[in-house]
Amino acid sequence: MEPIINTIERSPIQLNVDDFKSDQMVKWCPGCGDHAILRAVEKVLPEIGYKKENFAFISGIGCSSRFPYYVQTYGFHGIHGRATAIASGVKIASPGLSVWIITGDGDAMAIGGNHFIHLIRRNIDVNLLLFNNQIYGLTKGQYSPTSPLGSRTKTSPYGTIEHPFNPGELVLGAQGTFFARAVDVNPKLMTEIMFEAAKHDGTSVVEVLQNCVIFNDGAYNVLTDKENRDEHLLILRNGEPMIFGKNRDKGIRLNGTRLEVVVLGQNGITEKDLLVHDQYSEDPGIHLMLAKMSFPEFPVALGVIRSAKFATYDDLMEDQIVRIKAQSKIKCMDDLLNSGETWYVE
Amino acid sequence: MTDKKANIKELEQVVIRLSGDSGDGMQLIGMLFSDTVAFSGNDLATFPDFPAEIRAPQNTVAGVSGYQLHFGKKVYTSGDLSDVLVAMNPASLKTNLKWAKKGATIIADEDSFTDKTVEKAGYPGNPLTDGSLSDYVLIKAPMQKIAQETLRDLKLDQKSVNRTKNMFALGILYYLFDKSRAFTLKFLDKKFAKNPVVAEANKLILNAGFNFADTIEAIPSKIVSKSKLPKGHYRNITGNIATAWGLIAASEKSGRPLFLGSYPITPATEILMELSKHRNLGVKTFQAEDEIAGVSSSIGASFAGAMACTTTSGPGLSLKLEALGLAVITELPLVVVNVQRGGPSTGLPTKSEQADLLQALFGRNGEAPMIVIAASSPVDCFYAAFETAKYSLEHMTPAILLTDGYIGFGSELFLIPKMSDLPEINPPLAKANSAFKPYARDPETLVRQWAIPGTEGLRHRIGGLEKSDIEGQVSTDPLNHEKMVKYRAEKVQRIDRRLPPQEVFGDDEGDLLVVSWGGTKGALYSAVEVMRNEGKKVSHAHFRYINPLPSNTKEVLTGFKKVVVCELNSGQFVQYLRMNFPEIPYLQYNKVQGLPFTNAELINNFNNILEEM
Repeated sequence: MEPIINTIERSPIQLNVDDFKSDQMVKWCPGCGDHAILRAVEKVLPEIGYKKENFAFISGIGCSSRFPYYVQTYGFHGIHGRATAIASGVKIASPGLSVWIITGDGDAMAIGGNHFIHLIRRNIDVNLLLFNNQIYGLTKGQYSPTSPLGSRTKTSPYGTIEHPFNPGELVLGAQGTFFARAVDVNPKLMTEIMFEAAKHDGTSVVEVLQNCVIFNDGAYNVLTDKENRDEHLLILRNGEPMIFGKNRDKGIRLNGTRLEVVVLGQNGITEKDLLVHDQYSEDPGIHLMLAKMSFPEFPVALGVIRSAKFATYDDLMEDQIVRIKAQSKIKCMDDLLNSGETWYVE
Repeated sequence: MTDKKANIKELEQVVIRLSGDSGDGMQLIGMLFSDTVAFSGNDLATFPDFPAEIRAPQNTVAGVSGYQLHFGKKVYTSGDLSDVLVAMNPASLKTNLKWAKKGATIIADEDSFTDKTVEKAGYPGNPLTDGSLSDYVLIKAPMQKIAQETLRDLKLDQKSVNRTKNMFALGILYYLFDKSRAFTLKFLDKKFAKNPVVAEANKLILNAGFNFADTIEAIPSKIVSKSKLPKGHYRNITGNIATAWGLIAASEKSGRPLFLGSYPITPATEILMELSKHRNLGVKTFQAEDEIAGVSSSIGASFAGAMACTTTSGPGLSLKLEALGLAVITELPLVVVNVQRGGPSTGLPTKSEQADLLQALFGRNGEAPMIVIAASSPVDCFYAAFETAKYSLEHMTPAILLTDGYIGFGSELFLIPKMSDLPEINPPLAKANSAFKPYARDPETLVRQWAIPGTEGLRHRIGGLEKSDIEGQVSTDPLNHEKMVKYRAEKVQRIDRRLPPQEVFGDDEGDLLVVSWGGTKGALYSAVEVMRNEGKKVSHAHFRYINPLPSNTKEVLTGFKKVVVCELNSGQFVQYLRMNFPEIPYLQYNKVQGLPFTNAELINNFNNILEEM
């Protein structure tokens, strides 16, 4: 009983976008952020370079979860909240696959919250794209676990009275080894981040801030509006100081135990005073503060916030099997049946 | 022992019940006695009876742990009432005396019957001295005192000395049944290899118990006739271990690696624990965060080409039901083991019941038929698990194996099979770069192919939304849906073409047909055997295949004046039979007490039916 496949095999030829385009009609609403995410995925898969049959896309329920039908790979459209659990089984059973989970804020953090945190804790080597539109779209406009406090929706006509999850905070709280944030209107950054996620060994969570044009249009206006967005976004680059702003005149520094927005040139502050991003740091302290930064006090951080190296569940599983097989005298079922106390009746 | 020849009695079969505080080591001596008895050639069945609490307060009725064994010439169950009862304290006597035959031999640790413990057990006075046990043969043994004296020179602490008492009781039993101590002495040396003082202490006390029994005159020595087991290589096995092994065997035969996604739940946890040991055979066990993740991860593993299983008990099955619908509609193989316990809700976690049958058959949204197979004994768990996996893999459909706490924890002698003698398992794998369509079917079996991710040229998508016939595109077309519903049902139904015909023990016609399913086979079989030996026209049909039913089921049920369906529930299988074969006038015999059927109550009931004719 050997594992089905040992490593992810690379394609001998250069694949392109057309190798992953599905023949299905994409049924998302015109203008939905999901279209841009799909294009980014089609673009990144050939860049990742694995054989096309080695990709598997697994989803739950929700608008985003129709995704597997729209990409030409092995695909499994699961049930509400369980994409993470289904994908865990896929990856453990077949570690040679590049497994991608497609989920939304409701699917991952409400009905599937338990599986979500345990997937991350186990650090199973899968990539998870979390389409966060802060609303339930497929059921037509109810609040989600990421809807801001006070959101007026069809099930909260007087405003929500519950505090939202910040996905990054949840991921890091669950000992996540990889967390990145992208926004649907920036395809280049999205593709870069997806590539980084694929490269990372362990559970890679990519939160995509995604606009629902029908039920929550403009939820991220402050981050997408061309005029002002640069004032409200910090795009993190590993090894680079944290600078943002239309004129790249603002930065983030550590003041005591807190982050702080500073203006370069004011009060003698120079680039040297700013925090330099270290996505590989094992300690998640700064990563957590970056993930939590929110408008209006702070810019919202995009890019790879954390990418730390820890053993993955699937590697430990394979290693254990190799080690125990080598140690054990029981090599097959006949050996097991005849092991221990047995006797002959003549 | 030659001087006691006059006292030797030959019995066909004997039931022994061992009881004590949950820390008294009753399960251990039960196991040691079983192995010795089995080794000596007797047939054997056992059942441990322990409380849900790990260590309830000492000397209380709640903390009593029991172990019953039934051995002799031919044994079908772990037995009804006991011939010998070991009671290590007043609480265990209090809870177990009702399971002893009138006139049974009671072995009690006299030293543990103090004013305090007697009162704690709820006795008005000491039952060993107040004459209330005059109907029994009472062996009062000062186990604690003798242990202290015997071990004085070893300088062990009091706790360690007290812990050897179970060996004293075991020594008495070996004398009583004329069994060799060699096996146990060897075991103790091995178990306490790193602590030779403790090994020595246990051996001394085992011998002390044996010698004590030899010196007191009151003991009638008994000997049990050797069973006529067929020639072969044997071992002792519990139902849960047999289930785990049956799954590994199916994995090896099918060439599909075994994946188990499971969450601990009594009484099914042992299967997860056993499979977790077998990384040596490449078994991947995933202890999930909950029951839903257990089944969902298994569905993922099945999609990825593994022989996927999930194990649980009643409440856990309830949590998995939505996901089972997903396995049905995606037409993936999946083995679900439900070790039934008393319900509803948390119910009776350590007790047995057959009340999940309707849940297994119908407990899903939409029309979602699955294979349902029920194991009939601890050893049959091996073969039933193997078959459930075989049919699931070859017919691309999820399947439920029903066992129960009684056969799961119970043990039997297992004639060790050879893997080469087990049937082949051939899952319908799609070939690389073939013209694969997700829902194209074999015209005979209606089975679709299994295209495993990673295989070149077979990229496809499946999921919980209804799909079009053959092509497998998302489809809401009304007629297509109806067609797919019918295909899924017919695919499972057609498995009956491959099942062996339903067997009948006894004649094909007569006055009464006794019908049973699942873990009650032994009890029903032995009751019917007794009645047939008395010349009564009674036969027995025991069902292992529930969905689909064997194709000759109707024939089997006709030909008798009366048919009685016996179940440890309020009548679930009988409802299912009424639904399928309404023309048969069924009688029912039901028991919902968390306890197995007893021989006496069954025979009594069947005799009443015969008298009313």
